[in-house]
Amino acid sequence: MTSSRTPGVEYLLRELTPQVLGALSRRYRDFGAAEDAVQEALLEAATQWPTEGLPENPGGWLFKTAFRRLTDLRRSDIARRRREEQVANELASEELLMSGDDEELDPEQDDTLVLLFMCSHPSLTATSAIALTLRAVGGLSTKEIGAAFFVPEATMAQRISRAKQLIKQSNVPFSLPSGEERSQRLDAVMHVLYLIFNEGYASSSGTELQRVDLSSEAIRLTRLLMAATPDMPEVAGLLALMLLTDARRAARSGPAGELIPLDEQDRGCWDRDLIQEGIELVWNAMKQGRVGPYQLQAAIAALHDEAASTEQTDWAQIHALYGLLERMGNNPMVTLSRAVATAMVEGPEAGLRLVDTITQDPKLQGHYRIDAVRAHLYERAGNQALALEHYRRAAERTASLPEKNYLLGKAACLARGEFDS
Amino acid sequence: MKFMLMMNMPRGTGDYQINKWHPEAFKAHIQFMQDLNRDLVKTGEWVDGQGLTPPGQAQIVRCGPGGTAVVSDGPFAETKEFLAGYWIVAVEKPERAYEIAAKASSAPGPDGKPLVIPIEVRRVMDGLPSEG
Repeated sequence: MTSSRTPGVEYLLRELTPQVLGALSRRYRDFGAAEDAVQEALLEAATQWPTEGLPENPGGWLFKTAFRRLTDLRRSDIARRRREEQVANELASEELLMSGDDEELDPEQDDTLVLLFMCSHPSLTATSAIALTLRAVGGLSTKEIGAAFFVPEATMAQRISRAKQLIKQSNVPFSLPSGEERSQRLDAVMHVLYLIFNEGYASSSGTELQRVDLSSEAIRLTRLLMAATPDMPEVAGLLALMLLTDARRAARSGPAGELIPLDEQDRGCWDRDLIQEGIELVWNAMKQGRVGPYQLQAAIAALHDEAASTEQTDWAQIHALYGLLERMGNNPMVTLSRAVATAMVEGPEAGLRLVDTITQDPKLQGHYRIDAVRAHLYERAGNQALALEHYRRAAERTASLPEKNYLLGKAACLARGEFDS
Repeated sequence: MKFMLMMNMPRGTGDYQINKWHPEAFKAHIQFMQDLNRDLVKTGEWVDGQGLTPPGQAQIVRCGPGGTAVVSDGPFAETKEFLAGYWIVAVEKPERAYEIAAKASSAPGPDGKPLVIPIEVRRVMDGLPSEG
């Protein structure tokens, strides 16, 4: 995690971002403008605080500064529109705006959840929702988000401003949705956080020390979400899944960014504290009796993390959990994962038979993972020729460079055996 | 996901034929490309885009003895087509990359009609896949 900002100040600023933005959006009912104002206040704080020292009440300082910026923005906006169309009654709204100057930031009022809902609004594409969440709730600058996704700052700025425009056009009030809508929107929020977490892997190649760590950021935001939704076991399940996956981070790639699969990882490098926390979270969540897909995936990750080796892994349990996960939705990718567990329990042929049942699924057509799983199972079954063929085909089809190199490496090992014999 | 859109042009004389177009046609073509680029920034999909100097100025480099650079400057008789320029775009799905490529392909030619330039679309590879 780097930027020109001082680390301690940086962290504090990002912690305060949702509070300040929430309070400002709630009072002045303009999320887009409030978001811009808060970013300007963050920038001001980042330059002032390290040299002049922290203000007595950092949250209050940020709120007041952001409020002043919002007032400036609104004034110039009103002036511009007045020039354009001579709107007389804007005066009233200007007075309304000014009357709030003595208001304080209320630390008891936490709007993080409303902000997360806003940023995962259904009218947004996933990439826009991700960018907006990182900026509005995560407190990251446009430049940092752009760098994290390897796109220019100007492109990222456009993505964010388009997203805010769409939200404005949809006229959603700054409040929590209720009932069925709330649960659907919560699913969307969790999905966006999960995508941010995965992006942390997809875009990291080991050398990018100058970039924000998206996986850690996703974990931090999911912790915020969990604090705001203590009665939702799926949110705890999502956090557990992230922690239990992230625990293996140091072991999952080599010094050159090469992929190291689960069964070859040095389990001594796994982060025991994260594993412990993840396991407690997921078991406590599951005890509440409202099991969902994130809890199940976390439970599977927990079983891997607890095992001393691939052989000592509780594959029967993993197999059963994938079975439950399969029944929750029509996702052939889950069946593919279950096939690996099936092979561990009943042998590779049984796993291959299960793969055969889903090859025609349109969602998996031409997907490299079918070939990768088949290659792995053929290799276990001792069928070198078919394993080689499928490793090569999988390598051709994957869009991940480390994965391609890994698959080609496996193929090369098998081919060497071919030459030797 | 990111895609590279490569605009391949016939090698021809080694210089870009566009230099010989009528100024109006030339301007229209350049304007079209600038509009396309600006639209891509607006939609938040622009990553990079560059035009390259003409193939006549290309050099082929090979390593020589002791790692020295051995530079030869053509002609490259074996090459019929040359990369004239490229875009890298960040999009939600492949179909959108094809849509952008089709737009680029329709850039106006010397007679004002679409050139129908062949655009090669290649996915840029990602980092580590997600586990699980």
